[in-house]
Amino acid sequence: MTGLVLRRLVTMALTLLLISALVFFVIKLPPGDYLSNRIAELRAGGEAASVAKAELLIRQYGLDRPVWQQYLMWVGLMPGPAGFAGLLQGDWGWSFEYDRPVAEVVGDALWLTLVVNVAALVFVHAVAIPIAIYSATHRHSAGDAVVTVLGYVGLAVPGFLLALILLFYANRWFGLSIGGLYDAGFTGKPWDGAKVRSLLAHLVVPTLVIGLGGTAAMIRRMRANLLDELAKPYTVTARAKGLPPMRALLKYPFRMSLNPFVADIGNLLPHLVSGSVLVSLVMSLPTVGPLLLDALRTQDQFMAGFILMFVAALTLVGMLISDLVLVWLDPRIRLGLR
Amino acid sequence: MTPLLSIRDLRVAFRTETGPFEALHGLSLDVMRGRTLALVGESGSGKSVTAQAVLRILPRSAAITGGRILFEGQDLAALPPDGPAMRAVRGDRIAMIFQEPMTCLSPLHTIGDQIGEALRVHTGASAREAAARTQEALAHVGFPDPERALRTYPFELSGGLRQRAMIAMAIILKPALLIADEPTTALDVTTQAQILALLARLQEEDGMGILLITHDLGVVANMAHDVAVLYRGRLVEAGPREAVMRAPGHAYLRALLHAVPRFDMGPGERLTPIRPARAAIPEARPPTRAAGPILRVEGVSKTFTLRAGRVWEKPRLVRAVSDVSLCLEPGRTLGLVGESGSGKTTVSKMIMRALKPDAGRVLFDAGSGPRDVHALADADLFAYRRQVQFVFQDPYASLDPRLSVRQILAEPMEIHGVPAPERRARARELLAMVGLEADALSRFPHAFSGGQRQRIGIARALALEPRLLVLDEPVSALDVSVQAQVLNLLKDLQAALGLSYLIVSHNLAVIDYMADTISVMARGRIVEEAPRAALFRNPAHPYTRALLAAVPDPSLDHPLDFAAVTGDHSDPARWPEPYRLGLDEAGTMVAVEDGHRVRHGAASGRRAA
Repeated sequence: MTGLVLRRLVTMALTLLLISALVFFVIKLPPGDYLSNRIAELRAGGEAASVAKAELLIRQYGLDRPVWQQYLMWVGLMPGPAGFAGLLQGDWGWSFEYDRPVAEVVGDALWLTLVVNVAALVFVHAVAIPIAIYSATHRHSAGDAVVTVLGYVGLAVPGFLLALILLFYANRWFGLSIGGLYDAGFTGKPWDGAKVRSLLAHLVVPTLVIGLGGTAAMIRRMRANLLDELAKPYTVTARAKGLPPMRALLKYPFRMSLNPFVADIGNLLPHLVSGSVLVSLVMSLPTVGPLLLDALRTQDQFMAGFILMFVAALTLVGMLISDLVLVWLDPRIRLGLR
Repeated sequence: MTPLLSIRDLRVAFRTETGPFEALHGLSLDVMRGRTLALVGESGSGKSVTAQAVLRILPRSAAITGGRILFEGQDLAALPPDGPAMRAVRGDRIAMIFQEPMTCLSPLHTIGDQIGEALRVHTGASAREAAARTQEALAHVGFPDPERALRTYPFELSGGLRQRAMIAMAIILKPALLIADEPTTALDVTTQAQILALLARLQEEDGMGILLITHDLGVVANMAHDVAVLYRGRLVEAGPREAVMRAPGHAYLRALLHAVPRFDMGPGERLTPIRPARAAIPEARPPTRAAGPILRVEGVSKTFTLRAGRVWEKPRLVRAVSDVSLCLEPGRTLGLVGESGSGKTTVSKMIMRALKPDAGRVLFDAGSGPRDVHALADADLFAYRRQVQFVFQDPYASLDPRLSVRQILAEPMEIHGVPAPERRARARELLAMVGLEADALSRFPHAFSGGQRQRIGIARALALEPRLLVLDEPVSALDVSVQAQVLNLLKDLQAALGLSYLIVSHNLAVIDYMADTISVMARGRIVEEAPRAALFRNPAHPYTRALLAAVPDPSLDHPLDFAAVTGDHSDPARWPEPYRLGLDEAGTMVAVEDGHRVRHGAASGRRAA
């Protein structure tokens, strides 16, 4: 078991390195970069002082060197003008667009993103699992039909549209300010009780909107999985033993039907960050999604690179978690390791 | 004596898209305390539905529409199926074991957990008590190490042990009635004999009534006190075993008795299928025959590597096949017999070139001299594929459900470049050969029964006019009522087309009916080989004898000797001299009579010298 974890950690590190190369070169693919574009703009405007500052930045970040050297400096495998200062050393670089360190820009957005999406995730599971169990055990009943139709509606309604409607009514009925994750007045203020309360109130709508599509999809998949498992002979064995129906259901078919969902954790985590961009834009949530979009558009290379690396790391961590949980959950996998 | 279970005028109906379908039309039968009632019939006759109705675990689409099920003073048919009263009966007073011990146990829970659960649900026992009682039950059903067994998962056990675990689960609360639904159908004959012996012993000790559902008349003859024969949801014959089996009154049971291969069949006697298929086999096209054997397997061995879990661990090696030699004359049938795990399927895969042997050669002679199959390349290999075809065990899994029968039959011809008009004509001809109507061409596999599917599989194998068919358990997945049909068809095709067969099976009766010469495999080695008649007249090797002794015969005059089935027969170290083999010892084949050879251990050779 420890052997497995160690082996996986080593492959994870190598994979991350490979991804970092890919990410960097894809970002550098379009001609030019943020600074040279900016310099061209400034020259056209005749602002000599600003040009000098930009040229200083170019030298400071080694943007005048070959791309492969820039990459090694970014990762922290090669000394830059300021010595080793890359991802490996915990220096995430400079955002040209915001003219601040990336760490500072991204700061709150990172964990707010996680808060919003974890809330959505909890919502999805808490709602979908009971409904799916009901739906599978009462197949073709009126209740199943209602849930099925609602599920399809949930799948079909575009999130941003629902977001606008819900925001409107939340404002009208509960007096909630529109957009953001807390009242605009708290921006830049330290996290105290009032700000947290405001955050919780503002979380409701994004959670619903982001979670809705996932809930509908999960009900459909869970129902199908459960139906497969309910037809398996071991379910009959459990009934023949005299187990009460719900206990038999939860212990055998339900547990069996969890495997594909556990295997999906690896895909879920990165989806948390990048999946809700549209909704975040519409609701002007201070999350990572919109930042990434901007950074890519303006070739703000260190900013974009960092966010992409963060998503990649989340993916790998998710995969590791799902593999470990599968090993713990399923003896067939666990004993196959021995 | 009042019966333990009394079913009166039971009716069960299924809801289907074409309206209600009645599966049981007023069934009445009694199970007595301490006696076994065998419920006999082909698939679809309503046997399993009866069992499910008694336990009230019918599928959701089925319902009891009439009649009573009287058991210990209650009418089970009147109870709500999932109510507390019915649940108290299930698993406590009436327990059930099923056909597939693998799929009937959850792979995610230890067998200790699953067995003890019945106890905990019904008696509220603590986890410790349950574990202790489970351990006793496991010891009772013959687990070698019951304490360790508590913590094992079903997939770590052999088929026989899994079924023992199911039985332990069923008997842990000492039920009054045990329902066994085809409990040994999925097992090897030797394991079957052990499980049957176990059930007989448990019945003797606890005096429980057993409702034994089976299609195997050999099992009936050895286990039942009373017999009830079901046909299309109706009872057609019932009574004590002696009366029913010695003088079957109903035509259906008589037909059933003649439809399964038996050892006491006369030479050249044909099975009589219950529903004969009319096959139009074309007049023989005499094949150019090779002078020598069409297939020679010379000393092939195969070792599999089990993946090691840890990096620094050495991978484990498993010797699946050691130094196996076979010889098949053109137009004849060679039978390869052995228990599961004996290596017989690995041998057939090496002949098909699906696996490469570590040592030895496979020589095939298409009429132009023997050539090593594993040295063939390009055009020669392509031609070889045409000559050798495979018929699979499971007719459900071996046909692509998304292809029509026409596509299934045409695919091999397409691969081998047969022009389209010829393909269409040949497909019709093939269907006629296996006794199916031409309108089957446009239908899909799910529209056919198991027997019909197996005939489609045979037609596909014949599409390229092969010389050799490898038949891997060709009838073991089929209902008794159609086994005779398929076996007769194979015999007729062989006679007409001059085919050579290699038939792989654990069913000695099938091998006896089909084969000219027989090789017996144990632990990856051939232990005995002989012409059919010699092997059955004079089996020399203890393993062969154990296999033969374990086959339940439908005749009441040849009962199984339960005391003789111990499970020792498959361990080479426990074979009596001169057959005993040490670890990794090869031994030598010694001639018993003309063409009949048996493997002796080296120890006996030294003494003789």
